[in-house]
Amino acid sequence: MRGPSITQTATTRDTAPHTRPGVAAAFFDALKTALLVIGLGTPIILIETRQSGAVVTLHLRFGLLAALAGIAFAARLLHLLVIAPWLANRQPLRLAERIPRQFKTWAKRAVIAFVVLYPFIALALAGKGGAIKWIDNFGIQLLIYVMLGWGLNIVVGLAGLLDLGYVAFYAVGAYSSALLATTFGLSFWLCLPLAGILAAFWGILLGFPVLRLRGDYLAIVTLAFGEIIRLVLINWVDFTGGYAGISGIPRPTFFGLPFTAGEDGFAAFFGLQFTPLHRLFFLFYVILALAFLTNYVTIKLRRLPIGRAWEALREDEIACRSLGIDTVTTKLTAFSIGAMFGGFAGAFFAARQGFISPESFIFMESAVILAIVVLGGMGSQVGVAIAAVVMIGGTELLRELDWLKQIFGPSFDPTKYRMLLFGLAMVAMMVWKPRGLISTREPSIVLHERKAISGDLVKEGHG
Amino acid sequence: MAAIRPSTTPLLSVEHLTMRFGGLVAIDGLSFKAERGDITALIGPNGAGKTTVFNCITGFYKPTIGRIALAHSAQMPPHAVERLTESGRRWLDRAKGGLFLLERMPDFEITAKAKIARTFQNIRLFTGMTVLENLIVAQHNALMRASGWSLLGLIGAKSFTKAQAEAIERATFWLDKINLTHRADDPAGDLPYGDQRRLEIARAMCTRPRLLCLDEPAAGLNPRESHDLNSLLRYIRDEHDTAILLIEHDMSVVMEISDHVVVLEHGAKIADGTPDEIKNDPAVIAAYLGVEDEEESAVEAEIAQLQSGRTAEGTP
Ligand SMILES: Nc1ncnc2c1ncn2[C@@H]1O[C@H](COP(=O)(O)OP(=O)(O)OP(=O)(O)O)[C@@H](O)[C@H]1O
Ligand SMILES: [Mg+2]
Repeated sequence: MRGPSITQTATTRDTAPHTRPGVAAAFFDALKTALLVIGLGTPIILIETRQSGAVVTLHLRFGLLAALAGIAFAARLLHLLVIAPWLANRQPLRLAERIPRQFKTWAKRAVIAFVVLYPFIALALAGKGGAIKWIDNFGIQLLIYVMLGWGLNIVVGLAGLLDLGYVAFYAVGAYSSALLATTFGLSFWLCLPLAGILAAFWGILLGFPVLRLRGDYLAIVTLAFGEIIRLVLINWVDFTGGYAGISGIPRPTFFGLPFTAGEDGFAAFFGLQFTPLHRLFFLFYVILALAFLTNYVTIKLRRLPIGRAWEALREDEIACRSLGIDTVTTKLTAFSIGAMFGGFAGAFFAARQGFISPESFIFMESAVILAIVVLGGMGSQVGVAIAAVVMIGGTELLRELDWLKQIFGPSFDPTKYRMLLFGLAMVAMMVWKPRGLISTREPSIVLHERKAISGDLVKEGHG
Repeated sequence: MAAIRPSTTPLLSVEHLTMRFGGLVAIDGLSFKAERGDITALIGPNGAGKTTVFNCITGFYKPTIGRIALAHSAQMPPHAVERLTESGRRWLDRAKGGLFLLERMPDFEITAKAKIARTFQNIRLFTGMTVLENLIVAQHNALMRASGWSLLGLIGAKSFTKAQAEAIERATFWLDKINLTHRADDPAGDLPYGDQRRLEIARAMCTRPRLLCLDEPAAGLNPRESHDLNSLLRYIRDEHDTAILLIEHDMSVVMEISDHVVVLEHGAKIADGTPDEIKNDPAVIAAYLGVEDEEESAVEAEIAQLQSGRTAEGTP
């Protein structure tokens, strides 16, 4: 992680951080890297099989391999000669401590104002046609992930329980609300709380046997649980519709007024001209309210005994038990409250799409949500929100890069590189800010003076 | 302390405690008592099984054999323990005097109900939480009740605010006692080692224990800190309704503050008495000098000889 340990550069940097490594040494190191790329790339990059009919032919791509080796050489040289010395000399960035508190409160207000006015800003800037994309893809979708990130943050960030199957609760919420709505004709506003309760119930049900496990074991079992839920959704065709999913989920109404062009619709009632934007505006504010609720409850709970017990549990479970804290119940509350918010988000997702299928609840979703929590800085609400905006907003932005086709040819699809960018972002974060974007912890209660706690002291939990 | 006591049920009585790990017998038929208002020291060479005894008392290990009873009330009749054991129940609640069979209870209930608190040989503070937070977490159960299992707390009920203020008050009281008030809002992991040890004791005291179990509290302390620790422990014994059970290697601490010493070797008790009795006990001296078993009797004889010689010289 700290660059080369074999070459002398590492030692020179440790003793005298100002001196650059010898150019020759760096050159040889980079050469070694290039050779490594050639070695590794020979089987996987150099040789390509092409199938035409029943005939498979081998093609050797010397050019591509040479190009990659060249890139690796240049990157390594750049790293050793420029980036590594710069990193070593850099003072640790302590943004959170340098920014005055007053500025922070104003920044917070500005962000909240922006988010609340976002649909109107989008409408003003992008016009009626363009605003749909901005409100739906960037606004609503982003907020769903922010909410999921905040929900999972309770489990992973606060209580330190590594949950790789969070999407299961999202799925439980979505399917239960969809089924309740299509079978019993319940309205969205009834389905929403019921979906949350059911997800929380599943959280408890799963939590009971599972929370005795710790660390890796817990992660694996939660992962399995996520897969089981998905497989049940696929295979229990009578109940869930299998791969076909559930369609025709009733759209949420504005206190009984549907967002339709008809006589009794929202637009007609308020004497407005009908536009699909009304529904989007409404959905945006619903998910915004849900996300704010998640955030508000989490912040409140953090300052209550239960939240403090979660964090204590993350710090040291044995010490918790020695203080009379029932760790099983404490973990269960974290698990079920996290699950409940996942369930809310699922119910919203079902109502927004009008159609759900198991495709939406694959493991990748769990991984993305977990990545958001980890990148944001475990336990930090602001960090998680920023990470969600960067990760999900970033991948949405990839769709905007169609002009790249003019450079790379029409078969180039930038969205395919989503996971690559995710991975790069993760690696970069682990190198520069291993504790996530916001790595300091705010104390939950103060006697004299509020001081941020450095992330180095905060433990991440073992399960 | 007081030489003559009325015959009552002791605070803690450990009977025939045996703990096996596979083939290894860590504790072998150990019985001892800890009285109310006493500092009882548990000493012995490395690996004697002292920490294992603590882990059995505090429920972290389930003993293989044995009974560990804790009686809150001194008026508890001795046969009450037998009756509770036969009844198959785990405790008599506080209204009936508070009697607990610890080997039947899970660890967190032992702290929550039987009111035993402990510290650890290698400090276990919540390093990423502030000093104050550490002390508030220790009052979790009381605060949880006051917050109506979070529901009253979420709506900001008065009763909860009051309970939290009281919790802070108790925390500041103990902060004051360990001279750490000025560091209340610093992360516990930033404190120097000696302060961390005292903070762990204060945190345990915030659970309002009847018995405080300290695993090597003086380890790694300098003489000054060690002296402060002695006064803190004496203060706890004298001013609070809390007896202390103490594991310690530092003999100056043990001899100075304890009222009663139990010596363990290879999991068995080799001596039990006042510090003075222990100091002169040949078996203890042999254990501490690390003498082989066969030689032990020889050493005992030698010591006996020396002592009789000394007393003979002392008396005219
Ligand atoms: N969980 C365990 N599993 C197996 N063996 C154990 C376990 N805990 C303790 N032991 C063994 O029991 C014996 C007693 O250990 P214990 O930690 O109680 O000694 P101790 O008296 O506290 O020693 P020290 O003074 O070094 O702290 C040791 O041989 C130890 O290896
Ligand atoms: Mg020990």
